[in-house]
Amino acid sequence: MNDTESLKHTPLLDLHKSANAKIVPFAGYAMPVNYELGIIKEHLHTREKAGLFDVSHMGQISIQGNNAASLLENLIPVDIQSLSVGRQKYGLFLNEKGGILDDLMIINRGDEIILVVNAACKTADFDYLQTHLGDKLSIRKLDDKALLALQGPMAGTVAERVSGEDLSDMKFMNVREISFQGITCLVSRSGYTGEDGFEISVANEYVTDLARMLLAESEVELIGLGARDSLRLEAGLCLYGHDLSQDTTPIEANLNWAISPKRRSSGERAGGFPGSDIILSQMPKNVSRLLVGLLPQSKAPVREGVTITDKDGNVVGEITSGGFSPSLGYPISMGYVDIDYATVGTELLAMVRNKPLPVNVAKSTFVPHRYHR
Amino acid sequence: MTTKYTEDHEWARQDGDLIVVGITDYAQNELGDIVFVELPEVEQELSLGTEAAVIESVKAAGEVKSPVSGVVAEINSALEDEPEKVNDSPEGDGWFYKVKPSGNTDFDQLMDAEAYADFLESLS
Repeated sequence: MNDTESLKHTPLLDLHKSANAKIVPFAGYAMPVNYELGIIKEHLHTREKAGLFDVSHMGQISIQGNNAASLLENLIPVDIQSLSVGRQKYGLFLNEKGGILDDLMIINRGDEIILVVNAACKTADFDYLQTHLGDKLSIRKLDDKALLALQGPMAGTVAERVSGEDLSDMKFMNVREISFQGITCLVSRSGYTGEDGFEISVANEYVTDLARMLLAESEVELIGLGARDSLRLEAGLCLYGHDLSQDTTPIEANLNWAISPKRRSSGERAGGFPGSDIILSQMPKNVSRLLVGLLPQSKAPVREGVTITDKDGNVVGEITSGGFSPSLGYPISMGYVDIDYATVGTELLAMVRNKPLPVNVAKSTFVPHRYHR
Repeated sequence: MTTKYTEDHEWARQDGDLIVVGITDYAQNELGDIVFVELPEVEQELSLGTEAAVIESVKAAGEVKSPVSGVVAEINSALEDEPEKVNDSPEGDGWFYKVKPSGNTDFDQLMDAEAYADFLESLS
């Protein structure tokens, strides 16, 4: 099949192919959905040891100029001015209705702010930044940079061994330069699996060498996008375009923590971001629906798009992500339900192939996070 | 024991007066790790080409279309607790159900092993 030929690819495509990856189109890129181990074993390996993910399709954007932090606060509901050099925070782009345009990471490098955005949104995000801040700030796509994620309980050990550096003081969401045997990288201690780990920005020309260097460690296996999805779902982490969209607000998505206290109604710099009136009026939980975890009570996976009803068959919500949890051995889902049904333990029904299957509202963090705090 | 194949990657094998049905190695490989199988009911009537079973892998849901018309005589209940048998042994322990066919024509019209191999070749 030649349907992947028109796609863009990351600098690691040859490495993926040599590892016998199954390549699929994702956000316009030819990406590995799994390797020879398969999704379940790749997933479990990441939870037990360390997995290496190519996430070079994601967008990296550099922002420089006077008052960059304060200007970015006009677009993002985060206290960026207090973000220390060498720290990273989660943020959101929003529309005037409070809907989410993208979710992203914000890194303070001192002389620049780096944003890491979703692959499918990166062109729109760049244009959005140019439109709103292009006359005041220098905004650059870092297309010369690839991005790797090293995730799992042994990620720290591996990174320390390969770099020869003591990284014990590098806590969750810290960002610093690390040299891996002469390859200088910008590294954050973060990820999308719920595990300890690192996201490593490195020049395209060195990414293959760096990947091979990390893969040479006995704990490390290549992990595809399939396990990336099941890992983030177990950790209760939202996926843009599925759990988050232009039609969902951060409060509906249970992302209140992503609105910095200083930007909330009684804060020092309250509001002042797109949709702030709507979003702040919805806090803390003044919404008609809420994103919740849902635990199917039978063995059948309950996937995106499935309708949720109450016991009488009235529609009360919809699944936005769902599948089989390799760590737990049973299916897990998340979705939006009417606020009256959002309490943990509420018994609902999911209409799977026209059959009502019981699902219970649950905490969306199905597998506890194990960050290096 | 003749085994025949469909373009939807099911196999059908004669077993006395019954026909055993499953999915091919190609199908299980395409689906990836199988985590759930929903089998038909014994005595359920199946018509050619209609949904007889549901398969869910980690990635996606798929279906088994009945390669012949007939009545379900036996199901492989072991798959309900061990759906991974379909990955491990798609044409052995990973069989789905046995059907008493309503005639011989459906079976006769399926692809033989050679034709199925050619069909797979045409997909790559």
